Amino acid sequence: MNYYVIKNNQRINLLDIPTIEFESLKAQLAITNLRPIAFFGADWGQNIKLYTALADDERGEILLSSSLIDKSVKGYESITKDNSQYHMFEREFYEQFGIKPEGHPWLKPVRKNLDNYEFFEMEGEQTHQVAVGPIHAGVIEPGHFRFMCQGEKIYNLEIMLGYQHRGVEDLMVKNPSNQLAESICGDSVIAYNNAYSQTIEQLGETKISTKAKLIRAIALEMERIAIHIGDMGAILGDIAYLVGKEVYGVTRTLVINTMLEISGSRFGRGLVTVGGVNFDIDKKMSDKIISTLITVEKTVDKMTKAALKSSTVMSRLEKTGTVSTETAQELNLVGLIGRSCGLNIDSRFDFSDEIYSALKRRPFSATNDAYSRFLIRYKEIKESISFVKHFLTELEKHLDEPIYTEPKAFIPNSFTLSVVEGWRGEIVHIATTDESGKISRYKIKDPSFNNWYGLSMAVRNNGISDFPLCNKGFDLSYCGFDL
Amino acid sequence: MDKNIAIIMINILTVLFVPFLVLGIINKTKAFWGGRKGASVFQPFYNTIKLFKKDKTISTTTSWIFNFAPVVVFATTLFAAFFAPMVNGYSIINIAGAFVIFSYILGLGKFFALISAMDTGSSFEGMGASREACFTTIVEPAFFIILASTVVLSGNYNFNSITNTISNFQSYGILIAVLASISLLVMLLIECSRIPVDDPSTHLELTMIHEVMILDNSGFDFALLSWASGIKMVILMSLIANFIIPSGLNNSLNILLYYLIIFVLAVLTGTIESAIARLRMSHVFEFIFVMSSLALVIASLTAVKIYGV
Repeated sequence: MNYYVIKNNQRINLLDIPTIEFESLKAQLAITNLRPIAFFGADWGQNIKLYTALADDERGEILLSSSLIDKSVKGYESITKDNSQYHMFEREFYEQFGIKPEGHPWLKPVRKNLDNYEFFEMEGEQTHQVAVGPIHAGVIEPGHFRFMCQGEKIYNLEIMLGYQHRGVEDLMVKNPSNQLAESICGDSVIAYNNAYSQTIEQLGETKISTKAKLIRAIALEMERIAIHIGDMGAILGDIAYLVGKEVYGVTRTLVINTMLEISGSRFGRGLVTVGGVNFDIDKKMSDKIISTLITVEKTVDKMTKAALKSSTVMSRLEKTGTVSTETAQELNLVGLIGRSCGLNIDSRFDFSDEIYSALKRRPFSATNDAYSRFLIRYKEIKESISFVKHFLTELEKHLDEPIYTEPKAFIPNSFTLSVVEGWRGEIVHIATTDESGKISRYKIKDPSFNNWYGLSMAVRNNGISDFPLCNKGFDLSYCGFDL
Repeated sequence: MDKNIAIIMINILTVLFVPFLVLGIINKTKAFWGGRKGASVFQPFYNTIKLFKKDKTISTTTSWIFNFAPVVVFATTLFAAFFAPMVNGYSIINIAGAFVIFSYILGLGKFFALISAMDTGSSFEGMGASREACFTTIVEPAFFIILASTVVLSGNYNFNSITNTISNFQSYGILIAVLASISLLVMLLIECSRIPVDDPSTHLELTMIHEVMILDNSGFDFALLSWASGIKMVILMSLIANFIIPSGLNNSLNILLYYLIIFVLAVLTGTIESAIARLRMSHVFEFIFVMSSLALVIASLTAVKIYGV
């Protein structure tokens, strides 16, 4: 095994990452039981440098390795054949650098060349195709869904995305900014901005104050609370349980309005900046947040209890869209969805810094279905509310600290990696700098990148009318995937 | 004669305009349970007026059927309403066996709605049509059994004889009227695409039944279709009202009671929609079988009454 082991948010010298033969790197990846969090290429003179990062969730370590591939190489034997967790990464690598993973079982476009997309098709007397999107009936993002059905039953769902590909990674190299980072995925403003800011700070080894870290963590948890409540309402809305939809909707507003009071934006835009945060939380604000969260918790408790008591709600949620733990593992599902399928991963704790290390997670017994996806949100809302309260008391110990530290210049030939657990799951930002200290490659991985395929698995053998319910439970990002 | 003309006028106005109010009241009730203020009860009326003023967009894949169907659906629904007993238990066209004509005229409308949905070539509308056809197949026999039983029971084959159910048969009549009302309410939820069978407010193409069939219709056509669906709801509510209202009341009391029952039914529908979630598509059949089994009970009771035990 030839790895360089780092912690989350650590700057290392780019050349410290071992560069090994591609064949031996592949052999390493095929046999390891650690899950990949990054697998991407970067231009390296005459070659392409392939970086891989594996997450050791138990030890909280990230294992880095790399390999050089000559640009004249046209293909290689696919890793996915031996380790299915690489299926999306290899497709992305192929699309970005044109090196074909031979024998990849599902080598389809990720974001580009959508015109040449070949759908999986089935034939038979009663099989029919249902094509949905890219323009949908509701106000949601564009994405094309192709169902292969027999009557009401879904055999296969194929998801074609990429309609919102903006070239974010290249933009990040050219002109990195907080404004760009928080626009990548509008429902994870804080998570993205935290990941970006941590990455950029580490490039110059800027140390920010604990107070700023706490405020970032508070905002991150507030975002989680707000989106989770909204999603619970949306799940109930899709099964036409109108009271739930409306009560959760109102409650979510309380949370995002508190964000508005903290930062001037309901989604926390402009709150986090490289070097710290732009807005302070004083004692008065702190009390206000706590009193809002107490109300929120009460309402959510009451509503969730009522909803779960309703037999019609339970009948829709239970055993709908089940993804087995094995499938989740094979597909490398992450974050909320991974946890709802029984995977015990949460990068807040697995790669914890001093902010989260004192906190405890509540136990959760996953049932892998739509019910599990509903219930885990409730559990995480409760957790996050207690976390925010904890952070606010911690904040009182650091009242005198500055909220902003001037960031230092980037160190040449650096490599930094930052993992942030957004409400959807782990967001990975990686940046490298060249000899002159300019950013040479910026890589982003959204949790949706892992999880979209999980949705396909969830709806398999379910009724097509249960698709919206499964989709809301996953609630994946289109723009975070498309980048 | 003058009195009859007055009743006919009231009937026609009720058929045409009460549907908007009923929809408005249902939406208001849902808003109330959701803690919202909600739109005015006249909003469905304004919406329809707005739709009538709008242009329609017609998909290039459609044929004449798509253009023709909304008119047929509206015409058949309105025509069917003239056979049904409405305000004051009065049927405008009162002939023996009218309930058979009534059902098949509605059936004709539904047939056109189905082929119009298929005509668009959209996979959603095809699915919607398939579901609608499937559910209707189960609803229809139950509806027939209920109406046939009560009409046969009354001894004359006029549709409006259902108004006499309670008065003519006392305890039997009350039992039958209550059972018939419940099963017609179930039918109303199915036929008028309400929760728990269908959800008219969310726009999830993959789960809808009736709403998805009119997805391609716009402007004038869409206005006609939604108006027709409102009329159908009022017809079914009228049947329930006429089962419940005993005959022999004076006209003004009867009419008052009629509107009261329509109002209560609208509030009830809104409340049901707020209180429960939608059924899983595969469980809708079980819900429809509630209606079928009640129909069989009514048929048995009728047989017992006619032939003795």
